[in-house]
Amino acid sequence: MSDVRLEELLRRLGGVHAPARFEERVLDRYWIMDTPLGPFYVAWNREGVSATYEERHGESEFRDWFEDRYERPLVRAKEEPSAAVLHRFDMRGVAPFQRLVLEKTRQIPRGEVRTYSWVAKEIEHPKAVRAVGTALATNPMPVLIPCHRVVRSDGVIGNYGAGGPPAKRKILTAEGVRVERLAELAAQGVRYLGSNTTHIFCMPTCHHGRRVSEAHTVLFHDEQEAYAGGYRPCKVCRPVAVA
Amino acid sequence: MFTDHHDRVFAFCFSMTGNRAEAEDSAQEVFVRAWRSLKDWEPDRIAALSERAWLHKIALNVVRNRVRAAAARPPLAASDGALAVMPAPGRGPESAVEAQWLATQVAGLPARQREAIVLVSIQGFPYAEAANLLDRPINTVKSDVHRGLLALRRTLEREEVLAG
Repeated sequence: MSDVRLEELLRRLGGVHAPARFEERVLDRYWIMDTPLGPFYVAWNREGVSATYEERHGESEFRDWFEDRYERPLVRAKEEPSAAVLHRFDMRGVAPFQRLVLEKTRQIPRGEVRTYSWVAKEIEHPKAVRAVGTALATNPMPVLIPCHRVVRSDGVIGNYGAGGPPAKRKILTAEGVRVERLAELAAQGVRYLGSNTTHIFCMPTCHHGRRVSEAHTVLFHDEQEAYAGGYRPCKVCRPVAVA
Repeated sequence: MFTDHHDRVFAFCFSMTGNRAEAEDSAQEVFVRAWRSLKDWEPDRIAALSERAWLHKIALNVVRNRVRAAAARPPLAASDGALAVMPAPGRGPESAVEAQWLATQVAGLPARQREAIVLVSIQGFPYAEAANLLDRPINTVKSDVHRGLLALRRTLEREEVLAG
């Protein structure tokens, strides 16, 4: 083989292209999306959504916050993210405990709420109720990871980073939660709703519990009361930690 | 900077490692490091920067560090099945296989020859600039390139894969 031929081959090796979508590994991109709480910035990369941020705080604030938190560059996208992107989340920059909390919170269905202690029990850290609150308060992807669906068990709706309790009430209402009814029940000390036909008890917003007609609904203040009446916990909303 | 240089930085990492997945990880690290440095620089310092050489300097360090870190781990597979495509007008998919094969041979050279070959013969840096990046005398770089080319040519002739 001639040196000329070898040198030409080597030069061509220098012309290899980076793989398609390589850019998405290095740069997070962002776009503005509409939510029940108004416009939010949403940032994503190849792994999924990496952050959401209220638009009203400003674009440069968003970029500064993102780049400080993740130490990665962020650029404005040329087009909006595909629907598939918004269903995956990049949890690489999230601490392990917060990750557990956020993954669990993602499982709370639209139109329902759970309590901080429910999340704590479900992730098998039943005493870490406050830590759950902190993990949700610093949720880097509000709205898309529905931290608004976690409320206090005493009926107070609880705080919310993106606009406080009124915003939390607004987004829950938009999702079909009867916030006032929930607060009334909690104020009376009611934690669970049972059906006297099935003898199953649920969290108040569980979609199975909501199908029960008012005439057949029984109110419980705690699980002992339900057990004493011969009721068992719902397997879907798991009002009591799974044994 | 990313748009202008990402292909070249990837090509550098691919030639140095002979492994596409490893090259992708390395190239990503290069750009993240570059961005972190630039964040704290004054605008006139950024303006005076020779981006291509600077990124190659970072890439050289990244690849060297990763090789060192990987030394304790089992060796990388020569090919992960997904091949980088070498642009060759009028050539079919065999050029991807060719690029992978050639990169594997280059990656198999001794470190000094490999670094010199990659910078000069593959990335097209003048000897003076390559010597500067490698922090070695220009004549050393010249003889490393020469020896590397000799070794590569022998391998290629022996394998007769690219005889033409």
